[in-house]
Amino acid sequence: MTQSRIVLGPDEIARALTRIAHEILEANHGPKDLVLLGIPTRGVHLAERLAARLTDITGEDFAARTGALDITMHRDDLRARPTRAPHPTRIPAVGIDDQVIVLVDDVLYSGRTIRAALDALSDLGRPRAVRLAVLVDRGHRELPIRADSVGKNLPSARSEHVSILLDEVDGEDAVVIEDGAA
Amino acid sequence: MKHLLTAALPRDEAIALLDLAEDMHQIQDRDVKKLPALRGRTVVNLFFEDSTRTRSSFEIAGKWLSADVINVSGKGSSASKGESLRDTGLTIAAMGVDGVVVRSGSSGAPALLADWIGRPVVNAGDGTHEHPTQALLDAFALRRRIHGADASRGKGLDGVRVAIVGDIAHSRVARSNALLLPALGAAVTLVGPPSLLPPPAADGTRLGVRAETSLDAVIAEQPDALMLLRVQLERQAGKVAPSPAEYITGWSLTDERLARLPKAQIMHPGPMNRGLELSSRAADGEASTVLEQVTAGVSVRMAVLYSLLASDQGGSR
Amino acid sequence: MTTPQTGTPQTGTARAGTTLVTGAAVLGGEPRDLAIADGAFVDPTTIDRDAAEVVDASGLVALPGLVDLHTHLRQPGGEQAETVATGVRAAAAGGYTCVFAMANTTPVADTPAVVEQVHRLGLEAGLATVRPIGAVSVGLAGERLADMGMLAGSAARVRVFSDDGHCVADAELMRRALEHAASLGAVIAQHAQDPSLTRGSVMHESPLAAELGLTGWPSAAEAAIVARDAMLAEAAGARLHVCHVSTLETVEVVRAAKAKGIAITAEVTPHHLLLTEELVRSYDARYKVNPPLRADRDVRALREALADGTIDIVATDHAPHAPEAKQAAFADAAFGMVGLETALGVVQEAMVETGLLDWAGVARVMSTAPAAIGRESGYDAPLEIGSPAHLVLVDPAARRTVEAASLKGRSTNSPFLGVELPGTVLHVWHGGRRTVMDAEIAETQVQA
Repeated sequence: MTQSRIVLGPDEIARALTRIAHEILEANHGPKDLVLLGIPTRGVHLAERLAARLTDITGEDFAARTGALDITMHRDDLRARPTRAPHPTRIPAVGIDDQVIVLVDDVLYSGRTIRAALDALSDLGRPRAVRLAVLVDRGHRELPIRADSVGKNLPSARSEHVSILLDEVDGEDAVVIEDGAA
Repeated sequence: MKHLLTAALPRDEAIALLDLAEDMHQIQDRDVKKLPALRGRTVVNLFFEDSTRTRSSFEIAGKWLSADVINVSGKGSSASKGESLRDTGLTIAAMGVDGVVVRSGSSGAPALLADWIGRPVVNAGDGTHEHPTQALLDAFALRRRIHGADASRGKGLDGVRVAIVGDIAHSRVARSNALLLPALGAAVTLVGPPSLLPPPAADGTRLGVRAETSLDAVIAEQPDALMLLRVQLERQAGKVAPSPAEYITGWSLTDERLARLPKAQIMHPGPMNRGLELSSRAADGEASTVLEQVTAGVSVRMAVLYSLLASDQGGSR
Repeated sequence: MTTPQTGTPQTGTARAGTTLVTGAAVLGGEPRDLAIADGAFVDPTTIDRDAAEVVDASGLVALPGLVDLHTHLRQPGGEQAETVATGVRAAAAGGYTCVFAMANTTPVADTPAVVEQVHRLGLEAGLATVRPIGAVSVGLAGERLADMGMLAGSAARVRVFSDDGHCVADAELMRRALEHAASLGAVIAQHAQDPSLTRGSVMHESPLAAELGLTGWPSAAEAAIVARDAMLAEAAGARLHVCHVSTLETVEVVRAAKAKGIAITAEVTPHHLLLTEELVRSYDARYKVNPPLRADRDVRALREALADGTIDIVATDHAPHAPEAKQAAFADAAFGMVGLETALGVVQEAMVETGLLDWAGVARVMSTAPAAIGRESGYDAPLEIGSPAHLVLVDPAARRTVEAASLKGRSTNSPFLGVELPGTVLHVWHGGRRTVMDAEIAETQVQA
């Protein structure tokens, strides 16, 4: 039997994103040179939500400073898994050179996705700095990587499965833990 | 997809490949044209027939995906010293290569190699049979022209009318396009001198699509794209093919015919015989997709190599 | 039914005594006994049954030894693919007691030395009679007539001339060959293929050929030559034999020529009776043959023509090739298929089981008629008392899957590998000598 429980609901996700938006501005001492890049698929929607909040807070057009960074080609497990279709990479018109890039993803786990994202980024240009914002950090890092902003730390067992549901993709907002021992 | 031997792909698979090629196409705008996806993979370009363009395109595609690419030419190799096709294939496979791109003057050679060597095989043109990556790049370039570069993803070529003109009977490009473009929803008409059209089926179609002998009649229908094929009249001079003068009169895209096609995209797989297949104005005009086709070739071949070689588990997307 | 064992003496029994075959369906008719003594069929009521070797043939069909008017034995020059010795093993295993060996060897069979060599190798091999075919033109080049009279008068007694593999395309040369053959009581066996219509052709000309990008071989290239040659034969008062008819159009031409009284005979191969061009889709060169596998409509026309006598005989065009000749792209591979060991099963499948031909008809098209065309004596009164004892016992109810390992010839380029065919050749006698016993070559008999 698979047991599942909701650990974050829609309101908690909204509050977490608002807090992250403020943290990003605080750490950067304002909106200057910030570019948000979401990692497909759910990271892209989270980046767009963060951009909407940053626009509300600062009055600047963050939609024009938000894009998507696909990491498929840079994954280290391409051989071991069925062929993956990449997603489009969209880089905002300002580019990434000398910008402060905020990578946005839904879950931080082994750190391998972020490693691939850093590689993908270095093929595209040279940012002044790279930050990381995630909705959930569930631990179990395999690489020396940490997030600058975390919506919720969620210690979990490896056997458990953490699902992020977003309205844009899944029709609802929720973070769910499933017991994978079934 | 384990091999790419034919352009007879299901619609969804073809669109997925074209979309993947769009992703690959982004690399064209980058300073660092390198993706690590095929790092550690070895691809052999096994070319029994000279083709600098196609070989270079596959070589660039493989290298931009970080594969090691080795070119083996049929000429001067043991293949030209009486070694059987099977032995050549098995020898190359035994060297531990991950994939083989084959160009051969013999129809069906890539299909046989695929059976024999148990590695992914890409057909880079076989005899007068098929040239699937050419058809894919034609579809890619045409899709971008029809829908716009930023709005092509996920789309087919529904309702797009394409006329393919020239020596249809001996053209692998025509065969592959006659398979792929209709699968994407396009209506294809083959146009050429009667002696250069393949024999008709019982229902009158040739290669499964409509065929006509009058280019002027087809131009009057205002097709959305006109694809001119390379014609090698010297190959069957006089006996099978019309003379160059007769060909130009009936089937060349002259300035005069171009003027009657104000909206059509003008395509050519290259290399062009200017003045024979099409006029310079047609080749160099706004409507010409010739250079876009070449650029598309690299992206499409990256997509094919990625699809076949990235995963040890192969195909399922 | 099971292979009859009771009454079959121990392997190696080579006594020159009498043999009694009991309960065989002779030419598919009511079961009766056959007796063999001194190389000929004798009245079974007159022999000493206790002293005879008895073969229980209940459930088996008795046919006369088969005669193949069109076999490539490859010797001299092509020994890596087949030799006379290996070829007659394949022949015997297929129920043949006489094969006509085509002239396209290296050197070509255009001199008495070559035909006498092949003839002698056949005598040494024993298992079947080998009748060499002489070349029509020197070196098969289609330019000068070979010395047909010398070949006919040689120890090999050549009565069939053919440039098979090549068409005698030059009309003048064909005319003279026919005239010469008429004076020798011989026949010209024409490989009908207009070379100018078939440059580079490797498969049937059709929409499928267009789809596969393979050069087509139009039906007209065969029918046009046959029409021309029929006119030439009529004018010369000569006999014309058409090799491997493959198309509906050629059938129509042969039918019209026969109606006009022209001395024309025609053959069809087993593969053209059963297989179509669809097999070429695989690009597997096992399916590459000349003339090529055709369309459904041609297969139907050929079967009907064989049933109604328009086509006189089945001939195998057994064409062995070493593996490397077939491990190539379709256009680059050699033409030809082996056929001796599968011919009878294919004819049973295509003609008998479809009701188009009875076993007496099979005996006619695979033994009596080809022997008559090739002027081989001893086959005109099959299985009758006094005739040479060329006998085949077939189990028509058995089915077998053709496998490379079980083929007795040297080459395995059969289009029927992995295919299940009806009928098993269990026992064969050639002139009263056992050549096949329980579907295996009776080796000891050969050395006897």
